[in-house]
Amino acid sequence: MQPISLPDHPAKPVTGFHLDPKTLFLLGAATISMLAALYAALLYAPTERVQGAVQRIFYFHVPLAWTSYLAFFVVMVAGIGYLWKGTPFWDALGRASAEVGLLLTTMMLLTGSLWARPIWGTWWSWDARLTTTLLLWFIYVGYLMLRSSVDDERKAARYAAVIGIVGALDIPIIHQSVVWWRSLHPESVVLASGGPAMPQSMQLALLISLVAFTILYAVLVTLRLRIERLRQDIRLLRRRALERMA
Amino acid sequence: MPHAQGRTPFLVTVRALVWRDLLAEYRSREVLGGGTVFALLTLVVFNFAIDLRLENAAEVAPGILWIGFAFAGMLSFGRSFANERERGTLDGLLLAPIDRGAIYLARAITNTILMGVVELVSLPVFVALYNVRAAWGELLLTTALGTIGFTGAGTLVAAIAANTRAREIMLPLLLLPLTVPVLIASVKATAEALGARAAEPLPWLQLLAGFDVIVVAASFLVFEYILDE
Repeated sequence: MQPISLPDHPAKPVTGFHLDPKTLFLLGAATISMLAALYAALLYAPTERVQGAVQRIFYFHVPLAWTSYLAFFVVMVAGIGYLWKGTPFWDALGRASAEVGLLLTTMMLLTGSLWARPIWGTWWSWDARLTTTLLLWFIYVGYLMLRSSVDDERKAARYAAVIGIVGALDIPIIHQSVVWWRSLHPESVVLASGGPAMPQSMQLALLISLVAFTILYAVLVTLRLRIERLRQDIRLLRRRALERMA
Repeated sequence: MPHAQGRTPFLVTVRALVWRDLLAEYRSREVLGGGTVFALLTLVVFNFAIDLRLENAAEVAPGILWIGFAFAGMLSFGRSFANERERGTLDGLLLAPIDRGAIYLARAITNTILMGVVELVSLPVFVALYNVRAAWGELLLTTALGTIGFTGAGTLVAAIAANTRAREIMLPLLLLPLTVPVLIASVKATAEALGARAAEPLPWLQLLAGFDVIVVAASFLVFEYILDE
């Protein structure tokens, strides 16, 4: 019997926990930048006069928000890529980014809630941005549940791509509708007109944290993507083996 | 999409498909009968869940109305593709040399008509039961715009959900978060039509119209990827 040939795409099977240099580099960069972000957020940045130490959650909350939206943007791009090219890479990318995005969104909602309790005096308020984010969370929970409730892999990939695209297109409309509905969230202090309304040391801490979280997102997606690609390989090999036996 | 020689014109196809769906509904009367009774029942049951008084009726009642419409709509969207599957007629439809977009558009139009009939029956009952005064022109316009948006997205999601294992769960799970703008805008504009102290109705109606255009266009474009077997 001939050996079964491996599929010809980059995710080569490996034994044990073995990473290629690029992933290793990303992992190192994530570790260093995350340590720097922790230092900047907890020690370097000055304590806010009114809110006190609680304000430091801002240096995690804002980067989490940014990476969440980035993740779901990538899901949309992957969806378009999949419908256009039909290659399994795009599907794996969409799935990886949606899972990581859901994790980041959950953390964003939790950190926001922790901050809101002492500052607003409530865990939750039906403010525009909070509501949009909560609905975003539900859309991608649905996205992942949809994937796992379709047996045919290629159908699951196509449906997921469609929901990924429609969901992302819907976010601005959802946001607009809940803004008109009500808004209470603190006005953007970074993108305020006439420059950011905070001292430079705070801006620097936020910037470091943004970079760190973006790298973290890239690392998580890369690792998740590898797992997904290996799973696709296994499925392909199993199918070939079955064909051979038949 | 390149059109093959001798293909039936697009609009003729859509009209034939709508006629076919309406005829099937006329013979079974599953959706209209069930949907109308369900919508009316929602109006009655919510009356027990929420304490409605004369002074807050115009602000609270629109929410109840649209919950009823949304649930009745989701029931009928789910039915429409389940029926095709049970009778095996979807395969025949897919084998026919017609544009996939036409199938989407026809199904969305049928769903809108069916939901519209349910709403036309429910609205007078709603106005009577909740003792509200309605500006009918505004109310009907809001209902029409809201219904188009809801069925536009609902038809797409129902086609997806019909192929999943837990389809009764997947349809509302995917559809409700996506259609939140429709629900908010419809409720607000309806409240205005009932004379509540809400904001102006115009921005809400514009939002509804914008949503309708975007969701129908996007669904129309991606529908062929869903029906491809």
